[in-house]
Amino acid sequence: MVSGGAFSGGGVRRRPVLPNGVLAILLFIGVEAMLFAGFFSAFTIVKANFAPGMWPPPGQPRFPAEATAVTTLILLVSGVLLWWSGRRFDTEPASARGLLAASATLGATFIGIQGVEWARLIGEGLTLEDNPYGGLFYVIVGAHAAHAVPALIALIVMWVRMQRGYLDAVSFTVARAFWYFVVLVWPVLYWRVYL
Amino acid sequence: MNAPAHGHDHVHDDGGHHHHHEMTFVEKYIFPTDHKYIGKQYLLTGMLMAVFGGFFAYAFRMQLAWPGSDIPLFGHMSPAEYNAAVTNHGTIMIFWVAMPVLIAAFGNFLIPLMVGADDMVFPRLNRLSYQIFLVSAIVIVASLFVPGGGFGGAWTAYPPLSGDSAYNLTPLGSSLWLVAVALEFVAFLVGGINFIVTAMNARAPGMKWTDVPMVVWMICIASILFMASVGPLMAGAVMLLFDQTLHTGFFDPRQGGDPILWQHLFWFFGHPEVYVVLLPATGMVAEVVAVHSRKKLFGYKTILFTAVGTGVLSFFVWAHHQFIAGIDPRMANIFTITTVLISIPIAEMMFLYIATLYGGSIRFTTPMLWALGFIFAFLIGGVTGIPLGASGADIYLHDSYFVIAHFHFTFFPIAFIGTFTGLTHWFPKMFGRMMNETLGKIHFWGTIIAVHCLFLPMFVLGLAGHHRRIYDYTNFPELSTPFLTNIGIFATVSLLVLLAFQFVFVFNFFYSMFKGPVAEANPWKAGSLEWQCPSPPPHGNFGEHLPTVYRGPYEYSVPGRDKDYWPQSEPA
Ligand code: HEM
Ligand SMILES: [Cu+2]
Repeated sequence: MVSGGAFSGGGVRRRPVLPNGVLAILLFIGVEAMLFAGFFSAFTIVKANFAPGMWPPPGQPRFPAEATAVTTLILLVSGVLLWWSGRRFDTEPASARGLLAASATLGATFIGIQGVEWARLIGEGLTLEDNPYGGLFYVIVGAHAAHAVPALIALIVMWVRMQRGYLDAVSFTVARAFWYFVVLVWPVLYWRVYL
Repeated sequence: MNAPAHGHDHVHDDGGHHHHHEMTFVEKYIFPTDHKYIGKQYLLTGMLMAVFGGFFAYAFRMQLAWPGSDIPLFGHMSPAEYNAAVTNHGTIMIFWVAMPVLIAAFGNFLIPLMVGADDMVFPRLNRLSYQIFLVSAIVIVASLFVPGGGFGGAWTAYPPLSGDSAYNLTPLGSSLWLVAVALEFVAFLVGGINFIVTAMNARAPGMKWTDVPMVVWMICIASILFMASVGPLMAGAVMLLFDQTLHTGFFDPRQGGDPILWQHLFWFFGHPEVYVVLLPATGMVAEVVAVHSRKKLFGYKTILFTAVGTGVLSFFVWAHHQFIAGIDPRMANIFTITTVLISIPIAEMMFLYIATLYGGSIRFTTPMLWALGFIFAFLIGGVTGIPLGASGADIYLHDSYFVIAHFHFTFFPIAFIGTFTGLTHWFPKMFGRMMNETLGKIHFWGTIIAVHCLFLPMFVLGLAGHHRRIYDYTNFPELSTPFLTNIGIFATVSLLVLLAFQFVFVFNFFYSMFKGPVAEANPWKAGSLEWQCPSPPPHGNFGEHLPTVYRGPYEYSVPGRDKDYWPQSEPA
């Protein structure tokens, strides 16, 4: 019997295509990718409906494209560090743990800065309900946050398990895959929404 | 195994572990993790929801036949109640009957058995899937009883009608409706992931991809289609819910939003969804046709590739639902072409089933009758889709009773005929007893005749100009001529007959469950793995000796063998 970690079930009597948990998270990520594809196409279609020069609507604050370029970079670096941590998981556990901690810290920084920006935009009068410009921004960025926060928590749990020495490879791969999704969907979001 | 015992499916991590795990009463009887019980829970919940869906159909057909009269068991029907009845009829039949029964009930029951596994790979996620589904069913039923009544904006929920309670007058009903549908999607997402991972990883040793029974393939392909199409609708559902509750204007042109956007998001899901329910039904028909005509399924790989091809194509036809929504005529041309194209593979699949019958020793058992009934009725549905797919014709036919007739000749075969095909075939395996064949045949003939009498007249009504969302035709003298009125009444009477015959089924189902003759392990002499274990299979399915596979599932009437079937797990 092949077994390996919390996500991998029993009854596997052949060489699995991929470990159960990894297969499951990949399918799940596929669904999530389509969710964001739906949001992005909604944004594109609504934006296209506005007369030239009316987007962003007059009087509405602009999305902070430059500042967000920096946070985008932070998030990408976090993804690279995590990838690196995964590569060292088997061979150098101590450095894998350090890299994981650094990756999670950068992830938390990203979420924190985005939160501050979000609050600032509320202060500047960008509302959810006045028009779809603000509405779509909050919904799409909010949807990303709703993925980033649980993914970050998963990374922290992985770190704790690593620290205590009982992290298995499959669980770590599952958590990493989800964080990669959070990282990789963001540049697309930045391109579609902010630019 | 070095993870502590708090992981999701830890109990199941080792094939033998769970037998020793002490189960509580709730775990054992109310929310078990055994895939067979979860399948039965889905089945019974789906059947119960069919009672709601059927009751609504009864009520609004009575209103249409005898407008304004007192409907027995319902009373007088107001226009708002009429709209809520049609809306919830459609929603419930698709999302709470067809989906749970065809995909979840049969998928859960059959996949582990047919691939030779002891359970799903994620049994607890599986249980969670049913629990979420149950909550969604409770929410949709509750939405019927809130102030303002159930949601009445059609199962497609087009805004602005669905988004603004100033129009639909059911602020709570419309939001609960949306929440219920979203929850149901989550349940099927969890379930679908489980099906696919199980079929990929937990197959018996020796089972090549061409040894997998067709119905397993079909349920997995359907789950992939569902997962690939549901994301954008989820995005739309979030936005619509905000429109309803927080007064955003994503779909409201007064606030700069776009109502057509919802139609795109909905139909991008909605069209693949029809194949999501179609494929499992055709898979069951394939199994039954092969077993009961003692022939190898004709063109296994062709059927499989056809299903995959149809699935891919089904993502490029959605705008055929929007030909009169003001889409660009050039785009309408493209979607006409893709729509006409998609009817080719489906027709081909039906012909392959007919080719399987050719030269077989056909046994007219109840499941076989249902399978033949499926092919017959579904062909009517498929053929009438073609004029609808031609944008020029559809401009006139859209939203008429012709469309109603078309999709009932697809959905009724799928949701009911397909279910009866599967249920009468696998009943002995599910409950360890045989169903009564005589009652089964009475039920078959009553249902199949009544359903044609019910929906064929609607083609005529549609061509005569009856629009699908009119509460009372007596206000339109040219549409309520004696002829049209009479065929409407004929359809309603046929519905009453149809409903009456379902009591035969319900009686047969529950009577046979407890009192039917005890079934042997393999009453149909079939080759696939689920028939090679006891009826009903014990917890863990195959006992200590999980099967190994040596050949395909359809080795019937092989020359030179004394038995006319050859179990997949029998060593050569
Ligand atoms: C075989 C090829 C098929 C073709 C060419 C086809 C074509 C169409 C077209 C063009 C429409 C839009 C009509 C209108 O609203 O004006 C339509 C409606 C519909 N079709 Fe089909 N169809 C096919 C198969 C199916 C199948 C297999 C199903 C179900 C499983 C199905 C279910 C529906 C439903 C539910 C609607 C109506 C949706 C609504 O407006 O509420 N169709 N079909
Ligand atoms: Cu369609």
